[in-house]
Amino acid sequence: MITLQQMLFLSGALFSIAVAGIFINRKNIILLLMCIELLLLAANFNFVAFSRYLGNIDGQVFVFFVLTVAAAEAAIGLAILVVLFRERKSINVADISTLKG
Amino acid sequence: MLVQLLFYGFSLVLLAAALGVITLRNPVHSALCLVLTFFTAAAIWLLVEAEFLAIVLVLVYVGAVMVLFLFVVMMLDINLEELRSGFTRHLALGVATALVLFLEIVGVVVARGVGSNMDMKAGMAPSDPQVSNATELGTALYTKYIYPFELAAVLLLVAIIAAIVLTMRHRKGLKVQDIGAQVATQSADRLKVLKMTAEKRE
Repeated sequence: MITLQQMLFLSGALFSIAVAGIFINRKNIILLLMCIELLLLAANFNFVAFSRYLGNIDGQVFVFFVLTVAAAEAAIGLAILVVLFRERKSINVADISTLKG
Repeated sequence: MLVQLLFYGFSLVLLAAALGVITLRNPVHSALCLVLTFFTAAAIWLLVEAEFLAIVLVLVYVGAVMVLFLFVVMMLDINLEELRSGFTRHLALGVATALVLFLEIVGVVVARGVGSNMDMKAGMAPSDPQVSNATELGTALYTKYIYPFELAAVLLLVAIIAAIVLTMRHRKGLKVQDIGAQVATQSADRLKVLKMTAEKRE
């Protein structure tokens, strides 16, 4: 059978890959959004694993809510991206510096 | 044993697909790799008996969110060369950070002895084989978590409205029907009664 430890290692590896992706693709907003989806997926892995391990369904309910928030985030993020591309003709993060942050 | 082998196989595919997402040059290929990642994740969730969430992951992510991603990626005409610059410069930093992060996670899990040599279901009460995962989840969702569930629905509604309002564009010179004006119109606005004297026939 699958042990909890294996699941935690797998989700840790997935999380690390996603973090590396954010570092590597720091110019492309689309890939940054995809990396955020990967981060949330890794977090969901932990919820599912612990839910099974503790025999408590609440963890899986929480995964449900994380999925909802992630879907809303992706929809609004992509809408902002489309508007941004219409204004600037570019999706480079370095070009978005109007606020001088 | 078979479950173990399947788990390792799916894990390899999952990690390879995730690496593909962050390294491939073309955003369309990245998005397709992300689809594979979600699909494999759903398979692993099936192995650990979270059936309902596995189906939801395929339906919501592969079916809706990733299609949205692909639409946007294909719709935008992106200059890829400019976005790829600096890839190797940040590569070392990214790999180092990821490695440190992974070692930290492994260290914590091993040091605390979380779930080592323990069956996934060792800690749980023997589940009733008559009650499916969907029933269990639904019972919790519609009783204990009914208010968060309603809030999630409101959140999705807000997201729909926000996405539509953000991307709506008012083009100039577009001819559209104004139903309010049509209904409010009076016959006096349309019909003009003129008075004139009868004309004599020649």
